[in-house]
Amino acid sequence: MTDNGTRDGPAIVVRDLRRRFGRQQVLDGVDLDCPRRQITTIVGPSGCGKTVLLKHLNLLLRPDFGQIVIDGVDVTRLGSRGIDAVREKFGMLFQAGALFDSMSVFDNVAFPLVEKTNLTRKQIAARVYEILSQVGLEGMEQKFPSELSGGMQKRTALARALIRRPSILMLDEPTTGLDPTRTAAIHELVRSTQQRFGLSAVMVSHDVPQVFEVSDRVAFMHLGKIELTGSVAEVMASANENFKSFLAGRASGEEERVASQVIATVGR
Amino acid sequence: MVRIIERLGEAVIEAVVALGNFVLFLLSALLYTLAPPYKPRLLIRQLRTIGAESFFLVGLIGLFTGMVLGLQGYNTLRRFGSEGALGTVVALVLVRELGPVLAALMVTARAGSAMAAEIGAMQATEQVDALTVMAINPVQYLVSPRVLAGVLSLPLLTCMFDVIGIWGGYAVGVGLMGAPSGPFFNGIAQNIGSHDIATGFYKALVFGMVVMWVCCYKGYHAARMATGVSRATTDAVVLSSVLILAWDYFMTSILL
Repeated sequence: MTDNGTRDGPAIVVRDLRRRFGRQQVLDGVDLDCPRRQITTIVGPSGCGKTVLLKHLNLLLRPDFGQIVIDGVDVTRLGSRGIDAVREKFGMLFQAGALFDSMSVFDNVAFPLVEKTNLTRKQIAARVYEILSQVGLEGMEQKFPSELSGGMQKRTALARALIRRPSILMLDEPTTGLDPTRTAAIHELVRSTQQRFGLSAVMVSHDVPQVFEVSDRVAFMHLGKIELTGSVAEVMASANENFKSFLAGRASGEEERVASQVIATVGR
Repeated sequence: MVRIIERLGEAVIEAVVALGNFVLFLLSALLYTLAPPYKPRLLIRQLRTIGAESFFLVGLIGLFTGMVLGLQGYNTLRRFGSEGALGTVVALVLVRELGPVLAALMVTARAGSAMAAEIGAMQATEQVDALTVMAINPVQYLVSPRVLAGVLSLPLLTCMFDVIGIWGGYAVGVGLMGAPSGPFFNGIAQNIGSHDIATGFYKALVFGMVVMWVCCYKGYHAARMATGVSRATTDAVVLSSVLILAWDYFMTSILL
């Protein structure tokens, strides 16, 4: 089943996605729509399956059951060559950056261009300098990842994810481990690049409620299912009990207490 | 009782599946050396790490091995009055057996352990996933150049080991212990043939492939944490060493 409205329809559509690891049903019928040119944030308590879901979206994992339609193409039906073609549309920011530690910042950011395109060295250098200045890392080209702070590593990783001008940007907990100022800076950077390049972005995040400031849509995930989706306003006004406890940081039954959720927002 | 049998059955099935994955890993690494995109830069980098940078270590071990062969060989042959055969003995042992085996063990200890640790650390920090998401095949990018570099380097390192070892044997046996000098090299010229050298060469080719295959496999499948990486490195060196020595026996029995 292909979506005919590829230019207007959602960038990513997930229907009834299921995935089991050993005895555990990690994804238990996930439905999700990620609209084009907007930032969709997936939130939920630790262990609810957010990262596993993201790994299905960026095709690192294959589902047991269900459908993922990216830009109108059902990727669950594709072979490896087809999957590589779809991957060309992605830019991915991993939780710890996943920079290649034997290479400098310049080489890391240039890597996708060097390996996958036929651009000359001058053209590559021009693009690398441009993107580094956009993420605020001018002058850092010759540093190695071990010499950078956490925030700078994330920004380098973001530059690497963006250098091939992807249409879909995926971010796995981009602000985990950063202090509030850096968190705000990264969120701002994601929003500005998303707007500048017209990207569709899918972000998994723990940083609730700060991340709501840069989200167009929110999807709340609980025990392997998306229980609640909508705009930030819709989701905050919802009566969903699990979501309210999640926001309040209360441990309830199967949920873990998330350390950063100290703010009680239920009463607002 | 049933549970014990179940557990045993599970263990056997797991072992067979793991063995299958192990072989498929090698096959895909070998096939990817033939498939585009071709990256000679990666191969050259690995030739430097595995081959050129092992030069000093292999030479040093070769020297000591040759020297001890000269010593032991002289002491034993003197009992039978056959000191003139020292050159032949030293050269045969080195060229046929100790050259390929010890050079491979040294490369395992040095380059092999480094590969296992490096790839294991890359897995732990999601760098391998990053390659996959960029539509770059990680086996083709990381493993194939290493396997190819191992196959190319090890025969050359073995030759070096042999030559330096023979000179070490000469230095100790003739220079130090007083074995006759002329028969040392004459013996080698007369008794070492292309068959002996070919035996050592084939072994070195196979060992080069085995070492890189095992070390890359262990690194690639390391558990994604610090203990996982250290475990993978240890297992890689141990398994490589065992396979080298076991396979040495099988190849010798076939080639002799």
